Amino acid sequence: MADTEATGTGPTAATREPLLEVDHVTLRFGGVVALDDVDFTLYKGEILGLIGPNGAGKTTCFNAMTGIYRPTEGEIRFRGQRITGKKRHQITKMGMARTFQNIRLFPEMTALENVQVGADAHHKTSVISAMLRLPRHWREERDGREKARELLDFVGIGHRINEMARNLSYGEQRRLEIARALATSPVLLCLDEPAAGFNPAEKEELLQLIRQIRDRGVTVLLIEHDMRLVMGVTDRIVVLEFGKKIAEGLPAEVRDDHRVIAAYLGVPDDAA
Amino acid sequence: MTSLRTKLHDARGQLSDRWHHMPKWTRWVLIAAVVVFFYALPNEGFYQHLGPIPTTESNFGQVLFTVSIYVLLAVGLNIVVGFAGLLDLGYFGFFAVGAYTVAVLTSPSSDLKTLWQWEMALPLAIGITMISGLMLGTPTLRLRGDYLAIVTLGFAEMIRIAAVSSEFLKGQRGLNQIPHPPGEYADGKPVFGVLDARPYYWLVLTLIIVVVILVSNLNRSRVGRAWVSIREDEDAAQLMGVPTFKFKLWAFAMGAAIGGLAGALFAGKQNFVSSQNFELLNSIIILAAVILGGSGNIVGAIVGGGLVAYLIERFRGIELFGIELYEYRFLVFGLTLVIMMIFRPQGLIANRRRSAEFKDRRKEVAVGG
Repeated sequence: MADTEATGTGPTAATREPLLEVDHVTLRFGGVVALDDVDFTLYKGEILGLIGPNGAGKTTCFNAMTGIYRPTEGEIRFRGQRITGKKRHQITKMGMARTFQNIRLFPEMTALENVQVGADAHHKTSVISAMLRLPRHWREERDGREKARELLDFVGIGHRINEMARNLSYGEQRRLEIARALATSPVLLCLDEPAAGFNPAEKEELLQLIRQIRDRGVTVLLIEHDMRLVMGVTDRIVVLEFGKKIAEGLPAEVRDDHRVIAAYLGVPDDAA
Repeated sequence: MTSLRTKLHDARGQLSDRWHHMPKWTRWVLIAAVVVFFYALPNEGFYQHLGPIPTTESNFGQVLFTVSIYVLLAVGLNIVVGFAGLLDLGYFGFFAVGAYTVAVLTSPSSDLKTLWQWEMALPLAIGITMISGLMLGTPTLRLRGDYLAIVTLGFAEMIRIAAVSSEFLKGQRGLNQIPHPPGEYADGKPVFGVLDARPYYWLVLTLIIVVVILVSNLNRSRVGRAWVSIREDEDAAQLMGVPTFKFKLWAFAMGAAIGGLAGALFAGKQNFVSSQNFELLNSIIILAAVILGGSGNIVGAIVGGGLVAYLIERFRGIELFGIELYEYRFLVFGLTLVIMMIFRPQGLIANRRRSAEFKDRRKEVAVGG
C-alpha cells in the first residue's frame, strides 16, 4: 500500500524536530470564525497533508502559516521563531516557500526568469553593483541561472526554459510554480492544491515529484482535495472542518476516523 | 484594414526577428551608425541633405536639445511606469526639483547667494531629486494603482504651486543668470555658449547613452526581474522573497534621479528658471511618450520621447487650410494617442512580452464577442 510506504520513510518519533508550530490559532474576520483553536505541529522531514471539505479553512490556515493573515489569538512559530509581524519576504528568506491554488506566475517573464526571481531571494547584489555589473552581480547571476536550470530539469520542464510562463500548458505552469518556490531554497514547501485540474497520470507524476522534493530534504505541507493523492504521499494528515481540527494522525488512522468519514467523505469508505 | 494591419505587424515581427538573429558585430555596427547619425544631426552640413526632417521655423540645434531632454525624461519615467508598473502622473515634478536646485545654488538672484558653478550643483541636484523621490515614495508606494497616480499628480502640482508662490523660488520672475556647464575651446571661447545649442545637445546625448547603458544593466539583473515581478503580481513577488517596497522605492529613486539630471541640464542651458517652465501638461506628455513608444522597453521610451517632442516642434510654421498647425499640436497629439490605443495599444516598439499580452486580450475580446 502506498500510504504505509510513505509512512515508513517519514521521521521516527525519536528524531522528530518541530519545524512549524501552529499553536492554538484562532482567526476571526469580523463575526466569522475562520479558524477556531487550531493546534498542530509540522515536523522536519515529513510530508503533512492538510485536508478538509470545501470551506473548512484550509487555505485560511495556509495563509496564516505563511504570514498573510495575522492570527487573532495564538501564534505560529517557524523554526522556533514567531512569524507574526514578519514581512512576507522575510518569512520566505527564513525558509518557507509556497505555491498558489490559482496559479500566480509572472506571465510575461520566461520560465527561467520566473525561477530566477525565486533564486534572487538569497542574493545580495545591490542596485549599484547591478548597475555597474560588479563581480558579485556576475557571480550571483551565474549561480541563479544554474540553479534555475537545474530546478526546471528537476520538475521536468527543462525543455521549456526560454518560453514565456503564459505560453506554458497548465500542467507545466503548476510545475514551474514548484520550481520557482524551490528556488528560494526552502526548508518547508507549502503546496496549495497542486493537483487541481490534473488527470490521474499527471497526479501520479506529481506524487513522484513530491516524494523527490522530500528526498532533497525539504519538508512538505500539502493541501489537497484528492484523498487518493493525500493518502498516497503523506506521512501524517490533519483534518479541518468548519475551522476546527477534527482529526490528526497517520493516513490509515485518519481514513478510519468516523468524524472524518462523516465530515469529509460523507459516505462510508466501502469503495476504497 | 485588418489585412494591412497584419501585414504591418508581420513586417515588424520579421524586422525584430532579423535583429535578434543578427551576429553580434552587425548589431554593434548598426548601433554605432545610429549613434554617429545622432551626433552628426545638428550640423547644418549634414541635416540640409535630410529633406523635410529639420525644422524650418526654429533653430534645429535648439529643437534637438529639447528633444533630447524629453528622451532622457522618457527613459527615466519608463523605469517607474514601464518596468515597475507604478503609474506616476507627476514625473515632471522631479525635473522641476532638479532645475530649481541648480538655479537656487548658482543664480545671483537666489537668496542663498552661494553662486556655485553649474558642475558643482549638478551632483547635488541629482541627489536632492533622488531624496525627494524617496520622500514622495516612502508614504505613497504603499498605495497601489489609481491612488498612487493621484498622489503623484498632487506632488507635481505642489512643486509647481510652490514655485509660483514661494518668495524663495521667485515665482514667475524666476531665477536668472544660471551658469553654463564648464569648458573652453582652445581659443578661449566657452564650449557652452548662448547662441549655439549644439554642445548642449551633444552633452545630453552623451548622458543619454550613459544612462541607457546603466538602466539596461539594471534591467538585466535581479533588480530588473524584481521590478517586472512586482508589475506582474506584487503579492506573488513578495512571497517569492522580493522586498517589493524596497525595489519600488528604488524604481522611484532612479526615475527621480534621471528626472533631476534632465532638470539640471535644462537649467544650465536655459540660464533662467521660472514657475512657467513646469506646467502639469509636461508630465502628461512624457507619460504619453512612454506609452506611445512602448512601455517597458528602453528603445520604445527613446523613440516615444523623441517622436513626441520632435513632432510638437515640427508643427511650428506649418499651415494647413489656413490653420497654424502648431496651435493645434495637442489636439493632433491627443488624436494620435486615441488612434494608437485603438490600433496599437502596446506602443510603437512593443516589449515582446507586452505584445503577447495584448494579442491574448484581443483573442479574449473576440471570444467574448
